[in-house]
Amino acid sequence: MIATAGNNGEKDRSDCLVTIELAQSGGVRIEVKSKVKALFGEQIESLCHSVLAHFSIQHAILKIEDKGALPFVMAARLEAAIKQVVDSKLQYLPEMLPENSKPSLADQPRISRLYLPGNTPSMMLNAGIHKPNGVILDLEDSVAVHKKNEARLLVRNALRSHSFMSAERMVRINQLPMGLIDLDYVVPHHVNLILVPKCESAAQIHSINEKIKAIQKESGAKNPIWLMPIIESALGVVKSYEIAQADNVVALAIGLEDYTADLGVSRTNEGLESLFARSQVVNSSKAAGIQAIDSVFSDVGNNIALMENVKASKALGFEGMGCIHPRQIPIVHENFAPEEKEIALAKRIVTVYNIATEKGLGAVSLGTKMIDAPVVKRALRTIDQAIAFGRLDKNWSELESE
Amino acid sequence: MENKDTLVENAIGRMVPTVVNGKPEVPYQGVGKYRPEGRKFGPRISSCADFPADGNKLVSTLKQALIQSGLKDGMTISTHHHFRNGDLVAVKIFDIAAELGIKDLVWFPSASFECHAPLTKYLEDGTIHHIEGSMNGQLGKFTSAGKMKGVGVLRSHGGRYQAVQDGEVQIDIAVIAAPSADSFGNANGVEGLAACGLLGFALADSQYADKVIVVTDNLVPFPCVPWHIQGNYVDHVVEVEQVGIPEKIVSGTTEVTKSPDRLLLAELTAKFCEQAGIIRDGFSFQAGAGGTSLSIGIYFAEMLKAKGMKARFARGGSNKYLVEMLEAGLVEYILDGQTFDLEGVKSMRNNPNHVNTSPFTSYNYHGKGNFAQLLDVVILGATEVDVNFNANVVTHSDGALLHGIGGWQNCLFAKCTILPVPLFRDRIPVIREEVTTICGPGELIDVIVTERGIAINPLRTDLLEKVKGSDLPIKTIHELKEEAEKICGIPSKQIFDDEIVAVVKWVDGTIIDAIRKLRS
Repeated sequence: MIATAGNNGEKDRSDCLVTIELAQSGGVRIEVKSKVKALFGEQIESLCHSVLAHFSIQHAILKIEDKGALPFVMAARLEAAIKQVVDSKLQYLPEMLPENSKPSLADQPRISRLYLPGNTPSMMLNAGIHKPNGVILDLEDSVAVHKKNEARLLVRNALRSHSFMSAERMVRINQLPMGLIDLDYVVPHHVNLILVPKCESAAQIHSINEKIKAIQKESGAKNPIWLMPIIESALGVVKSYEIAQADNVVALAIGLEDYTADLGVSRTNEGLESLFARSQVVNSSKAAGIQAIDSVFSDVGNNIALMENVKASKALGFEGMGCIHPRQIPIVHENFAPEEKEIALAKRIVTVYNIATEKGLGAVSLGTKMIDAPVVKRALRTIDQAIAFGRLDKNWSELESE
Repeated sequence: MENKDTLVENAIGRMVPTVVNGKPEVPYQGVGKYRPEGRKFGPRISSCADFPADGNKLVSTLKQALIQSGLKDGMTISTHHHFRNGDLVAVKIFDIAAELGIKDLVWFPSASFECHAPLTKYLEDGTIHHIEGSMNGQLGKFTSAGKMKGVGVLRSHGGRYQAVQDGEVQIDIAVIAAPSADSFGNANGVEGLAACGLLGFALADSQYADKVIVVTDNLVPFPCVPWHIQGNYVDHVVEVEQVGIPEKIVSGTTEVTKSPDRLLLAELTAKFCEQAGIIRDGFSFQAGAGGTSLSIGIYFAEMLKAKGMKARFARGGSNKYLVEMLEAGLVEYILDGQTFDLEGVKSMRNNPNHVNTSPFTSYNYHGKGNFAQLLDVVILGATEVDVNFNANVVTHSDGALLHGIGGWQNCLFAKCTILPVPLFRDRIPVIREEVTTICGPGELIDVIVTERGIAINPLRTDLLEKVKGSDLPIKTIHELKEEAEKICGIPSKQIFDDEIVAVVKWVDGTIIDAIRKLRS
């Protein structure tokens, strides 16, 4: 029986194609064709031996066609090939980087999240350097049906062994029920957040929470795992408030490609056709006290339209947007970040509020306008964001009082 | 070549031969240490009485011209890379030589391209003994495999001028392919179907070769102006159907990169220059033709525009982006060494501030100074850099010879040399403990910019001071190396055969490193 895993196409980089054939005798024969053989030939062979031994394979012919795959990638490919010919519950787990076991916060900024196809290692390698707030390792639409298994192993290994630097590590699982299987591969490995595609009911979220709890109980993993359901259908929009209220849900995202398809209309750059849905998702999120995240902007060549899209999105109440290309990240950040005018107003509100609190005054006003608690809360949030984007010094109040 | 007795350790710790292709050589002694004495090489005295009284030097075919130039075994034949990958002349010369049964020629090109791959057959059959110039692509592979009869000699553009001027290389026949020429031999690069901008790489050859042949497909009545090559140096002129393929002459490299990682690298490099105070009114720069370098030029333009400043001069390779800067008044002069696209050619033809230069003005070690050293900043590439800031541009990490040096070594003399490189390519770390081949000594390399951090040469305390407290990701070169190895693993050391297949010359003609045969 012969099995293969991985990719070795003309355009594939940082990946490899593994072919394994079990034999009755003759020991292990490894054949490595690699562009990095001169530098890493021995390490590749030793990894092969180690993975084969882990799965107790004593006789096999193993062929590696390598285009510079990093060890965590090659290990995932080897395991994916082996699991097609050997029935085993064992896993070959690469080292867990210390920085990858960090939990994330329910309300941390999620202005940008970079989508990364779950079976394309080359796009994962440098994702962190573009400084998105989050990376989404995608097991859903960007992975072909027959590649789901190898993608799960690759994503698992990436969660453990690859550094995405400061980005929150998210995974988009498949639609339920297939998505429940995906959870086995990511929950024990410190994923921070799960995106739930085509979500249409709170019941779906409950089933995911149940499964996560069960896996955590078994694996001992303790970090919180947040959920971001994606509203992508007419029904989902109607049910968005109950979904937003479900446990561990920290944000609602909207997916407009599927939503417009569901409505039977075309998606436009202006987005009038989805105005209701977007407003509804924002409204449900705010009502439940969570973040509202906008759909991706798919014309990667048109950054001017993206900029306008971000501005419109911010005006509607969204707090972030998905990115499908690293160069979208700075534009999304810059245009979601508070503007000079907003920062100036927020500073005045906070200053006046602080003075009033010191003096023990109850009601505060700025000019003719009353300032109440939600206004102050929003101003503080604006200040935090301005600091995070480097638009305001973190010691601004001391600097300005000097 | 396998005689280990002739190997010595040079000043940068590399074992290099003292004899190459039967000629004695000087090992590298350090930057600016080697000072040859005596007089420059002198070409033969010619008398105009020996040339046609009417100035018409036309010969019917290239073959005829080569025969009249006395082509024979063992000669050194020079050609130039103005037509880059669209050159139709160099291979023809050796087709003719092979047909005439000539052996053991030395090919002395200013650079080689993929279009020269057919020459491997003449390296195999002995028509060509070895190459002194650059060995790219297929020719590099051929050389690395130890198949070339002699030892390849790699030189920079400036080193080529130096070797001609001090007589290290004596050119028997120079064949200068020109987009436009007259029958007297005046030639230029700005007119004609194969217009390539300028002919600076052929300047030394025209002045010092024994015989000079100009080949053109655009013969104009005397005078051909401007005369980038002066007919007074020329023996024969040949008219042919086509000298070059226009779309391959101005090809490929002049598009801004779309790779997000490279764009980030370019942005970081430009930011470094800004924060280090390099970008100021009246500064000067040179950036190459690769996608990353082009993007850096665009960031420079944006910064200059925002600050209301302009650069005094930029050194080309020119391209449409540099021309746009010239036309927008963001740079006052382009001092151009080669022209990478049609906009560059057009600008050189029409704009008096777009100036034609040569390796003599820009790079020559035997000049009384050169332009490259006046640059405030130069942005270059590298295949590898090591923890001592030594860099490699000719071999890859697998040891295979793949690229020429170009003007790279010469540009290192700029006031600030920056190499933007990825930390790793696929699984290959670019920052290494030791480079495979040293092409440039670390003392001349000031800043390594990677997408994951910037390392400044500790010798440049001034630069370190300037960016202190900035938000730039400044790291040490060792930190970068460790980061690369953490991702890729620690690479094994390469094992080569003892046989030396090529040597790398430093700008002064000494040998800085040797390239050994790949172990198969």
